[in-house]
Amino acid sequence: MIATVTILTSCVKLLLIPAYYSTDFEVHRNWLAVTHSLPIKKWYFDETSPWTLDYPPLFAWFEYLLSHVAPFFDKNMLDLHRLNYTSDNTVLFQRLSVIITDLIYSLGVYLCCSALKKSWKKDVVLPILLLANCGLIMVDHIHFQYNGMLYGILLISIAYMLQGKHILSAFWFTVLLNLKHIYIYMAPAYFVYLLRHYCLRGPLTLKTVTSKNTFKNLALLGSVVVSVFIATYLPFWDHLPQIVSRLFPFKRGLSHAYWAPNVWALYNTADKIALLAAKILNFNIGKSTTATMTGGLVQEYEHSILPSIHPIITILLTVIFTLPAMVKLFNLNRQPSNFLRCLVICALSSFLFGWHVHEKAILMAIIPLTILSIMETVDGKTFLFLSTVGHYSLFPLLFPPYLLLIKVLLLLLYTVYAFHSLYKMYPLAICRFSLPLLNPAESIYLLGLAAVFLYENVVHPALGLQNKFPFLPLMLTSAYCSLGVIYAWATYYVYFLKSDGVPTRLKNDKGNKTD
Amino acid sequence: MVALKLSCEAWLVIFGGLLAVLLRASTGLHPYSGEATPPMYGDYEAQRHWMEITTNLDVTEWYHNTSHNDLQYWGLDYPPLTAYHMYACGSIAKFLNENYTKLHDSRGYESEGHKLFMRYSVLISDVLIFLPAIIIYYWLTVPDDKGKKKKKEQGIVPLGPSTSIVLALLYPGIILIDHGHFQYNCVSLGLAVLAVTALLCEKDIIASFLFCLALNYKQMELYHAPPFFFYLLSTCVPKPGQGTLSGLQKLSKIAATVIFTFTVIWLPFLFSINDVLQVLHRLFPVARGIFEDKVANIWCALNIFYKYREVENTKMVRACLTATVSALVPSSVDLFLRPNKKKFVLALINSSLAFFLFGYQVHEKSILLAAVPVLLYMPFDPIACFWFLCLTTFSMSPLLLKDRLTLAAFALKIFFMVSFKVSADHVQPQFSWAGYYRNLLRTLLNVEYNKTNAFNVITVTYDHFKKNSEAVIALALHVIMSISLTGGTLLSIASLILKPSERYPDLYPLLTSIYCAVHFVGFFVYFNIKQLNIPQQDEDVKNVKFDSS
Repeated sequence: MIATVTILTSCVKLLLIPAYYSTDFEVHRNWLAVTHSLPIKKWYFDETSPWTLDYPPLFAWFEYLLSHVAPFFDKNMLDLHRLNYTSDNTVLFQRLSVIITDLIYSLGVYLCCSALKKSWKKDVVLPILLLANCGLIMVDHIHFQYNGMLYGILLISIAYMLQGKHILSAFWFTVLLNLKHIYIYMAPAYFVYLLRHYCLRGPLTLKTVTSKNTFKNLALLGSVVVSVFIATYLPFWDHLPQIVSRLFPFKRGLSHAYWAPNVWALYNTADKIALLAAKILNFNIGKSTTATMTGGLVQEYEHSILPSIHPIITILLTVIFTLPAMVKLFNLNRQPSNFLRCLVICALSSFLFGWHVHEKAILMAIIPLTILSIMETVDGKTFLFLSTVGHYSLFPLLFPPYLLLIKVLLLLLYTVYAFHSLYKMYPLAICRFSLPLLNPAESIYLLGLAAVFLYENVVHPALGLQNKFPFLPLMLTSAYCSLGVIYAWATYYVYFLKSDGVPTRLKNDKGNKTD
Repeated sequence: MVALKLSCEAWLVIFGGLLAVLLRASTGLHPYSGEATPPMYGDYEAQRHWMEITTNLDVTEWYHNTSHNDLQYWGLDYPPLTAYHMYACGSIAKFLNENYTKLHDSRGYESEGHKLFMRYSVLISDVLIFLPAIIIYYWLTVPDDKGKKKKKEQGIVPLGPSTSIVLALLYPGIILIDHGHFQYNCVSLGLAVLAVTALLCEKDIIASFLFCLALNYKQMELYHAPPFFFYLLSTCVPKPGQGTLSGLQKLSKIAATVIFTFTVIWLPFLFSINDVLQVLHRLFPVARGIFEDKVANIWCALNIFYKYREVENTKMVRACLTATVSALVPSSVDLFLRPNKKKFVLALINSSLAFFLFGYQVHEKSILLAAVPVLLYMPFDPIACFWFLCLTTFSMSPLLLKDRLTLAAFALKIFFMVSFKVSADHVQPQFSWAGYYRNLLRTLLNVEYNKTNAFNVITVTYDHFKKNSEAVIALALHVIMSISLTGGTLLSIASLILKPSERYPDLYPLLTSIYCAVHFVGFFVYFNIKQLNIPQQDEDVKNVKFDSS
């Protein structure tokens, strides 16, 4: 099944090769050139292109590897000074590299599925839901990025966690961290779970805490993690501060060019509305009032009415909202499903409150949630709700008009399949006047997405408002979606805090208890 | 929601339909024929040019060479219905952007917006005509595969209606030619499928009306005309117990429908005999020669030994006509004398293949006309049909290479093949293909050698094989099919990687067309035998259900 779905989705990905790609395409091409033509010492100093290397070193090594295959397609793409170079073969090579590295994702799916108890759910439904994830197709194969590979490694790490192989799991997660540092938001869940259920096993008494076993495990775990970090950063030892400044650019704004559907999207919207109200009421505002946030390049934005947000505040909020889940995870039993749920909550909390969040980061919550969706009704329900909203919120990334039908079809196919299959899985859930598993209000909210879509693509242009309020549809989309994401996060959070170690169907349940 | 109460079969069709539209829309991202290649461009420009001509000129001027209508530059050479369709599309284009259809000035107009408009115009025609036609055909005429245990055990997989719908919609040939290369075949083919459905549901008047529409959209639908003609004629022959009059009555009804439909469609041209002749002259251009590019038919294959291009065109037309008619005789006569609904689709295959193999001025795209009836026949003989369909897409690969559609073709072919394998496994879950081979081999190798001595080993084996002849045939068929498909794949890989020598620049197209021509001749014989083996239908036509044989 996994092989079949992989081949079929790969065919769709191949068909999408000539589609629009974003500036990320040039970003990655530039990194190919940087890693190929410069010595290691200069990788993080090069500023030939505005798209400087801002991923951790392992990803740079990955680009370095790719750059050895690239000459078979087109040597010129490796020229550092050919900015915005897009020959047919360059496009073909870069697209194919994404499609082929997606095999790691398929491997991750395979490992995850085999870690679960045998049933048709994980044999058929889970592979399809994971492999055909329309968000990944939109972000990787149209917009252009290498998320498939990265989520593949995340899934490998999760699969080892499900099997109870904690060291391997930690190893792969550290590798992932050194490929793309955004996954650091997930680290707290890993940390707490490994601390409680790998290092400090059994009941929490002074005896167990100070036992030899604890220290042995701690040392083992620590050495694995630290050695991965050392292996990554050793070649760059003499210019670590430069790398850190590249990796954490706090100079960028609170929100990305298009607002990711989080709390700050609502905050920005409130600011806009307040500004509009102030204009109407003729208040005098000192600042310039013409800045629009939703256009073009990454830029800083000063809030007009509401106070501007400092990065520290976003970090504080993220920590505050992650802590209860951590405490809960620490006190729960060692079921890996608890860890997964906590992972989802970590990803969602940081998505909602983080600094300069990209809309693509919603996949960090959706993909682990997919595995949970076949476990319990509430997980399934949250998955349906969040995946629909989250994938819809990716639409503004693919703005060329000729992609309109394709993105709608991708979302529709995936969502209809998800609802159909999960409805078959939980046939007892009530759904007389609503979508499967959801209550009427949630159903109406999801159907409202269709209204938002219609407004953006039919009503807004028909009213001739594109020139007057170009940002309105985008603002509407992100504000509407952020309501949904916040709702999903809140209900799932409450569900997690109330849970008391729901049993999961794992292959080696017994093995876990005895060892 | 109520909609969720739909059966699994219905859901399969919904997913298949959405998927089919997705594949079509994504194929539309790829280049079209003649993209950015002045001065003549390709079929895309031809269609755009027709929109320009039809919206700007008077109806009677459409087919004439005038100062505003240079017939040398993609002159209109399809029947009036195409022209009307182009008029409708052209009017919308004019509304969207005047530059799309400006007389003279819009020649070679290309832009992203225009490409989007053109792609959507095909997609909408496809979704409105071909897609429903396919769904209606399978739902009305293919029986559910329940109660067919016997067939399954023999290894033949009769596909259920919904699986067939999905597979038919995923067939790469039509997607590539219509949504990649750029044409509107989906309209005429969809109308023809609707006509077939009506005919099989015994709505003869509707069938003849729909077929006239198809014929008036593309004259290539003539490939399908003989079976329609002979079958409808045979229904007019009075059955025992019916009066002569009833037959005549029916015949006149059908004739009236045909004449009426043609009159309405040709109305603007009927006021002068000159106009009619001019249109007819445009539709059947004898002067163009026997074939343009390499085509997988008899003439192109024989061309290696004998150059036809030196022969006079009129002589050649006569030769083609004779050959085609003689190739048509067996299936047509059989259909007329021993009519049976089960034969009808087979007769369509045979007739279109006869035209394709022996006809004059055949395009490589015309294989679609044979592929569609094969699609319709797929539920009853999946393996052979699948094999044929793969070869049809393969036969178009030189054309697709020219259009830079190789990548799309590769992706769509793999998608189709894997989908077919999945549905075949789905029908026979008890054994996958590997298990199926194992079963076959087990039957074959289970020879009772303990009763033999050294001398009669061969006769015993022979007897055993003779007893299990079905298994032998099935195995042989699978092996031959695998070899043939592998050969095709290797040939296309070779054409991509290895450069042909300078002496034979057309080596790969020629090899491809010969490779396919040999296969098509084989299939032509196979489908003819299949048709001739079906007995005459029972006298009481209405009580017999359409059933696979």
